[in-house]
Amino acid sequence: MKSGSKLERILQAGHFAFTGEVGPPRGCNVQALKEKISHLKGHVDAANVTDNQTAVVRLSSWAASLICLQEGVEPNFQMVCRDRNRLAMQADILGASAHGIRNMLCLSGDHQVFGDHPQAKGVFDIDSIQLLAMVKGMRDDSAFQSGGGIDEAPKMFIGAAANPFAEPFEWRIHRLAKKISAGADFIQTQCVYNMDKAREWVKQANDLGLTEKASLLMGITPMKSVGMARYMQSKVPGMEVPEAIIRRLREAGKQNVAEEGIKIACEQIQEFKEMPGVAGIHLMAIEWEHRVPEIAERAGMLPRPEV
Amino acid sequence: MIIAERKPIPEIQSFVAGYHKVLVVGCGTCVAVCLAGGSKEAEILTNELTLSPKTAGARFESRTLERQCDMEFLSELDEQAAEYDALLSMACGAGVQLLAERFSRIPVFPAVNTSCIGVNRSVGWYEENCRACGTCVLALTAGICPVTRCAKGLFNGPCGGTNITSCEIHPDQPCAWHMIYERLAAQDRLQQIMEISPANDWRNQQPRTIVQPGYEERTSALKEQ
Ligand code: SF4
Ligand code: SF4
Repeated sequence: MKSGSKLERILQAGHFAFTGEVGPPRGCNVQALKEKISHLKGHVDAANVTDNQTAVVRLSSWAASLICLQEGVEPNFQMVCRDRNRLAMQADILGASAHGIRNMLCLSGDHQVFGDHPQAKGVFDIDSIQLLAMVKGMRDDSAFQSGGGIDEAPKMFIGAAANPFAEPFEWRIHRLAKKISAGADFIQTQCVYNMDKAREWVKQANDLGLTEKASLLMGITPMKSVGMARYMQSKVPGMEVPEAIIRRLREAGKQNVAEEGIKIACEQIQEFKEMPGVAGIHLMAIEWEHRVPEIAERAGMLPRPEV
Repeated sequence: MIIAERKPIPEIQSFVAGYHKVLVVGCGTCVAVCLAGGSKEAEILTNELTLSPKTAGARFESRTLERQCDMEFLSELDEQAAEYDALLSMACGAGVQLLAERFSRIPVFPAVNTSCIGVNRSVGWYEENCRACGTCVLALTAGICPVTRCAKGLFNGPCGGTNITSCEIHPDQPCAWHMIYERLAAQDRLQQIMEISPANDWRNQQPRTIVQPGYEERTSALKEQ
């Protein structure tokens, strides 16, 4: 075992993993955070806790991860390269591990121009692949990035993100390979809507033997409305939403569009469950945490295995 | 070369308010090429300040030196400078500082914002290309700087935000890593970015002094004499 996290144990036992996501509040509203977490409890194996998501300041991801832990949901502590240099990152990794946080997801982070402090100086001292290598070095070699020794290494199950859809498509699989060789134990993908491309990408990952080295969790976000689908299609960088999805949502009619969105998500999950090389689902129900139990149920992900 | 942009007139006027005789010092090198602070721009600024009611009563004159980042050229101002009670430098930040050092008894103000190290795409169109990181990786990245031209300065890009061939920050901003990929693919050199680029050694985090072998040879020869 690398960290002994629940997520690691689930995957190791060969179960199909199911992770969720919570976004910390824009303030100290712990009650709101606990409310979001409560919907995930017992329905997911671990919940990603976002780190100043979309470059907007929020309650810090390690602090929110701690609250998650106290509330009985295993956190997947997200860390972006935008806001911390290698000293602050390593300090927070040690701190998170000391408090019992056992999973982390290493990301570049959205550029600060998108957020609420566009004048901020972006740090980007290291990039997400260098961060993966740093965490792995800390965990496996008890060594800081500089090479200096660590007095009791942190225990982390290390995750990376992958976007199978962004250009150049042919390069994406090689970038995935780089992330895995840098140290990723598991991968969570960008929200999938284009199943053809996703199939092709998973096949490439299988062919290169990558799915044997790391566990692939495919990202799913149910569409709540046609407006959301259009927004994702045109405004979210690196996101690909095929017209067919939008058509299906539109044809469902205003009353049933959310229901149709969930239906699409469940169909995708069903297909991924049967797809060789896929080890689980990462459900990003953005501001829709209260629907997670229902989606989990309908997608046949319940009950979650005890390990 | 160094690219700069002239500061807005109100800001410049706020610096020189209260001074009676001000010399606008142009620089004939980089800032002249990028149309920010050469002799022509120094004259224009001098005229604007002279004609503006806000700075009425003060006298503005201009003079352009070959280079303000070199003491040798600054010495040309030694006698003249004493006639003024303020100097307004149109050089890059380095030039302003050397001018302020040479004439340390006279207040020296910057008239331009120094933007970047860049290239001339066309007259009046410049593009930032280098941030002087001190550990150049262009050999690996097909001659395209990831530190400068990738909005996140990634060494192992592209990130997941690429928008077809643009950067996530703006449709008009090409994704540096997309360009790196394309150029390396065309040269059949993708292999070199399959390897992980390790964390960079940032050598631009403390003031740097560069001593070339030529300087050392010259000074040691002088010592021996
Ligand atoms: S790698 Fe460093 S030195 Fe080379 S062009 Fe980029 S910023 Fe300049
Ligand atoms: S889109 Fe390209 S240039 Fe922009 S931050 Fe990502 S890798 Fe860098």
